[in-house]
Amino acid sequence: MELAVTIIYYCLVGFVSILLIYNLIKTKEWQKEVLYIIVLIPFLLRLFMLK
Amino acid sequence: MNASIRKIIFCLAGLVLFVLSGMDFYQSRRLKEPVVIGNGVTQIQKLSNYFPPIEGTANDCNIYVLEGKEPGATLCILGGTHPEEPAGRLAAWLFAENAVMQKGRLIVVLSANRSATTVTRVGGAYPPEFTIPSPWGGQRFRMGDRWSNPLDQWPDPEVYIHYPSEQYLAYLDSRNLNRCWPGRPNGTLTEKTTYALLEMIRKEKVDIVIDLHEAELQYPVISTIVTHEKGQELAAIVSMTLTDLEGFKMGMEFSPKNLHGLSHREIGDYSDAISLLFEAPEPFLDATRGKTTTEQLLTGKDDFVVKAGKHGLLFEKIDEKGWPIDVRVGRHTSAVLQTMASWTEVHPEKPLACADVPRYAEVIEKGIGAFLHNPALAKPGRLMFE
Repeated sequence: MELAVTIIYYCLVGFVSILLIYNLIKTKEWQKEVLYIIVLIPFLLRLFMLK
Repeated sequence: MNASIRKIIFCLAGLVLFVLSGMDFYQSRRLKEPVVIGNGVTQIQKLSNYFPPIEGTANDCNIYVLEGKEPGATLCILGGTHPEEPAGRLAAWLFAENAVMQKGRLIVVLSANRSATTVTRVGGAYPPEFTIPSPWGGQRFRMGDRWSNPLDQWPDPEVYIHYPSEQYLAYLDSRNLNRCWPGRPNGTLTEKTTYALLEMIRKEKVDIVIDLHEAELQYPVISTIVTHEKGQELAAIVSMTLTDLEGFKMGMEFSPKNLHGLSHREIGDYSDAISLLFEAPEPFLDATRGKTTTEQLLTGKDDFVVKAGKHGLLFEKIDEKGWPIDVRVGRHTSAVLQTMASWTEVHPEKPLACADVPRYAEVIEKGIGAFLHNPALAKPGRLMFE
């Protein structure tokens, strides 16, 4: 059960990371680009099991 | 500026931030803490020797065994149950590096919850590590937290139901070593750890277990010995003797029978050992503290906590001198040594005698660093890492 929840959790983290990267590519406003990058960092830290 | 070039520049800046922060977390999680094994250490075990399923996990900690020339009782010191209470770990460190048992046996655990040493409080702005100054420069220690690292035990339940009492506790405490006693062999990592430690206590026929802690000054259980009812006579003697001879106040209170998961309750109930828990004051943990820094951790000085004291909100005194780490560690070393002496008075047939560990006044006078040994000068085979 715990393993299943963990796998789902990391899939969600990966999915949100992909959405953030997609939005980063699509947006034309530099403020949003900065925002997406800042928001992306903790997701990547979790995805790579660093934090 | 071309939008694509701008995006690339921002991405590179983000990558730099990610790499820097990632390296910081990675290194602090893996910081090696040296232990120069003292002459008194006669065996080093792994926790997995007592409970093999813990092998390969973050909590397969080292168990330092010090055997005296003469037989006697066995005392176990648990350091690092809550790594964010560093005086407990550091006091245990002084025993592992300096103690020589003359009578009886001493078992020292420096990282009872090693997983919790590899993480700091989320949102707590804790420093990732701290350094104890020493004549050879200084020794670095991981700061740690109260709870096991979520990377090692996850997810948390909605409500933590303690085993076997079925008492409802806060969900976070499913990762709190001192809410998971007596543990279970098929439980979470934290429960397996307490089960393994209890197996060690039972197999080694430990007579006394001392769990070393620190507490915030706003917490009523402070500067005290919490004892299982089996240890009331011993704790009372130790409390009175310390207060009388060493010059610091040390109270005594009973372990509540209906509060489960704590070492002072469950070790006493599930083994033959007397279980005691020592608390020293740590202003770093107070919710009303000011800036959370290494200096605050080590000096125990904090204007905001002093102000809280002036408003009568604290259960322990504090002034501008703070609660330096040397004072807090000295309280623990003296309390452990006094426990050995008082036990021997009551049980002369099973004595405990320990030499070469500094007491309260000596730790304050010389500092903890004077009793830590230079890892660069350790003899072959006498250097371990936590």
